[in-house]
Amino acid sequence: MCLAVPGKVVHLRDEDDTRMAEVDFGGVRKDVCLQYIPDVELGDYVIVHVGFAIQRLDESSARETLASFENLGYLEEEFGDQLALARRQAGMDEESTAGKGELP
Amino acid sequence: MKYLEEFSDPQLARRLLDQIHATVTRPWALMEVCGGQTHSIIRHGIDQLLPEGIEMIHGPGCPVCVTPLEIIDKALEIAAREDVIFCSFGDMLRVPGSKHDLFRIKSEGSDIRLVYSPLDALKIAKENPQRQVVFFGIGFETTAPANAMTVYQAERLGIENFSLLVSHVLVPPAIAAIMESPSCRVQGFLAAGHVCSVMGTREYPALAERFEVPIVVTGFEPLDILEGIRQAVVQLESGRHEVQNAYRRAVPEDGNPVAKEMLRDVFEVTDRAWRGIGSIPRSGWRLSERYRRFDAERRFAVADIHTDESSVCRSGEVLQGLIKPNECAAFGKQCTPRNPLGATMVSSEGACAAYYQYRRLDLLPAGASR
Ligand code: SF4
Repeated sequence: MCLAVPGKVVHLRDEDDTRMAEVDFGGVRKDVCLQYIPDVELGDYVIVHVGFAIQRLDESSARETLASFENLGYLEEEFGDQLALARRQAGMDEESTAGKGELP
Repeated sequence: MKYLEEFSDPQLARRLLDQIHATVTRPWALMEVCGGQTHSIIRHGIDQLLPEGIEMIHGPGCPVCVTPLEIIDKALEIAAREDVIFCSFGDMLRVPGSKHDLFRIKSEGSDIRLVYSPLDALKIAKENPQRQVVFFGIGFETTAPANAMTVYQAERLGIENFSLLVSHVLVPPAIAAIMESPSCRVQGFLAAGHVCSVMGTREYPALAERFEVPIVVTGFEPLDILEGIRQAVVQLESGRHEVQNAYRRAVPEDGNPVAKEMLRDVFEVTDRAWRGIGSIPRSGWRLSERYRRFDAERRFAVADIHTDESSVCRSGEVLQGLIKPNECAAFGKQCTPRNPLGATMVSSEGACAAYYQYRRLDLLPAGASR
């Protein structure tokens, strides 16, 4: 959970007076709050942690990091279905449809 | 050298390793603070590529692992309430409390939702004004700005049914505590890169000076770690103890000033218990007076928590770098990711989980684990 992942700002908007963006992480898109890096522009790369941009990053470093995270399976871990991950760890994946817990 | 091809730039990895090998003349013990770095080191076998005498000691920088048992038990109690929607990051789900974990009570019907960002929890609060929505706000300085902004927004937008169960921890006091321990063997630190992306590097020179220990701000990709190790051993070999920044692309000296200002407004420093380690003075953040009404511990006055820690689990020693996971008798036997006795076996940033995932075949006698 301490992972911070670089991504590209592909859409900017204001929501309740808060600067928000859609950020692309090698194909996965997430809503990200830009309040901490207020002067970000469309196409810039930022380092994102739990939905917040905490720093900028140059494009080539960002692409390199993204490619290696993709290879290592970190993107799946960060953006994938967390409940499914927990079930897998608990050894419950075989019964994923039979369990009592509902998907959120 | 079977691991080298897995580096994003094997030639650079080779060069860095050659330089490290050429520099080292005697044994040194380095601690990587961040659990993400531990994961990377074990996964890529970095410790096995280093010269004989260079030991990597794994540090306490796994937020999931150090969240105190008492807070986990409080989370369990709050999450079980009928009027509560409890929101958390996924990796807290299977952390063992005294009796059970969030995963268990979720399957028994508690309304526990996994979110990507604390802002998602705030949204849930907005959409469910008749319910209490609690977010489990744990983590180091990297995560704190997200939680701070969420509480700030809750106040600004008048979302009063939102609250935060806070257990933030801080890296510099942990470094001091490790160095002050009589059993400390650490001679150099790799400081956690993304923590410094937020906080900058200015807190560290005083520590380097006081404990005469080099501190190298380091990223957590394999090549970053090799570079951090290289800078640390160069300093050690030449008798220096300075703060160096080996992660400049993501760490300006000042960190993120806007985030730091928000942190100063929303949080205040407090003593904090670290699971398995004990209380470290001034090592955490709690909500400041102005925002305290959003504190879930206060809102739900959870009293009479009797914590009951596993008597077998040695995660405290693992987190302080006093033992390696496989020195714990339960490792891979009673304790596996499927059946974790301690949080360090749950989180992917926990040393026990990393050893289990990547090393158990080398470390355990055949047939010991599933
Ligand atoms: S192997 Fe399991 S029981 Fe042993 S220290 Fe690690 S988490 Fe605790």
